[in-house]
Amino acid sequence: MAYKPHTYSLPPLGYEYNALEPHISAQIMELHHSKHHNTYITSLNAALSNLATASAAGDVPGQIALQPLIKFHGGGHINHSLFWQNLAPASSAEAKPSSAPKLTEAIKQTWGDEAAFREAFKAALLGIQGSGWGWLVKVEGATKDDRLTIVTTKDQDPIVGKGEVPIFGVDMWEHAYYLQYLNGKAAYVDNIWNIINWKTAEERYLGKQGDAFKVLKASM
Amino acid sequence: MSSTLLRTTALRSALRTATTTSSKKAALSGMTITRGKATLPDLPYDYGALEPAISGQIMELHHSKHHNTYVTSLNNFSTQLAEAQAGQDYQKQIALQPLINFHGGGHINHSLFWENLAPKSQGGGEPPAGALAKEIDESFGSLDGLKEKMNTALAGIQGSGWAWLVQDTQTGKIGIKTYANQDPVVGQFRPLLGIDAWEHAYYLQYQNRKAEYFGAIWDVINWKAAEKRFK
Repeated sequence: MAYKPHTYSLPPLGYEYNALEPHISAQIMELHHSKHHNTYITSLNAALSNLATASAAGDVPGQIALQPLIKFHGGGHINHSLFWQNLAPASSAEAKPSSAPKLTEAIKQTWGDEAAFREAFKAALLGIQGSGWGWLVKVEGATKDDRLTIVTTKDQDPIVGKGEVPIFGVDMWEHAYYLQYLNGKAAYVDNIWNIINWKTAEERYLGKQGDAFKVLKASM
Repeated sequence: MSSTLLRTTALRSALRTATTTSSKKAALSGMTITRGKATLPDLPYDYGALEPAISGQIMELHHSKHHNTYVTSLNNFSTQLAEAQAGQDYQKQIALQPLINFHGGGHINHSLFWENLAPKSQGGGEPPAGALAKEIDESFGSLDGLKEKMNTALAGIQGSGWAWLVQDTQTGKIGIKTYANQDPVVGQFRPLLGIDAWEHAYYLQYQNRKAEYFGAIWDVINWKAAEKRFK
């Protein structure tokens, strides 16, 4: 009896497609969620099904050959699921850094002040060569205190390392901004600060890696 | 470099160097892209000339903004590299390598790309002839076989990148290779024909339907450019 893998489905957004305007247009949000994210899920489910078949057949080369596809499409599903949750309409209370008292305190301790952090984050995002993501990550300390760090990842590589908790991510693929900002990606990065969901960020900061990934279980 | 556009660029910068220094020697050394400044090459056709396969808006942004930024950044980092070399700062030289690769690759790739596209009125989409056509038939069965393999390769790129029809300089054989981001075709392989799979190359017109872009671009491929690059 072959192992039947879980199949994933597209998680609903917690807001309307136009709720992030004028910072991200409704057209971008609709394509990004209903087409791009959905394609990652469809492809992930196909790859996991093929993996189960290869595994049941004892086909090790086949299983290894599927790894890059699982990383890419699984990463795409993970990254986008986290991204939707770490955005919020600009007018909401969640979009204010005061919704994350503990996290903003840790940011100040690490970077001096919030402006210096934003500058460092922006420089990291704009330094990405090609498609990728920028993340604020909490790294849990084995022997000393947890620390915060800015991490960029290529393509759809997810933040899944031991003790790494993704706090919030910004999608730097061109499909995330191009219809609205064209080649002006610096303006997209400037505007994204208006719609970061600091409440979600605080929850992830206070939680463990598994807590951040609960959204994936919900969409199985 | 097999690109006429790049050579034109180097020549142009050589002329500029000559006018600013009024030294014939400086003009000659300016023939190499390392001494002169890289400049944005002119397109050999209008921005709207590749419609409906590629929109005029995409072409204008792609050439005047994206390619131009690669040129500006390449010049900036090349200057920094020259300073680091003069100061024998090896850490700095090594740290600059990925930036030269990325922005220099962006300049090379786009220069070759503009040249291997053409409007239908200038031969775009007309099948290759001569030795290259024969080699394509031998390697891929037919031109359609090549297109199908190239489109599969393009669709499989994870993130930003390019697919190239390349020639192995050791064996003379042709094949399809994909490159991440702006990694240029250098070393063992010679670029014959490139297709840009970055989202900025198609998104305003095709959005997430990139397979449609990969299908349409063959209508404006300039096989004459590929024939000239083939040795």
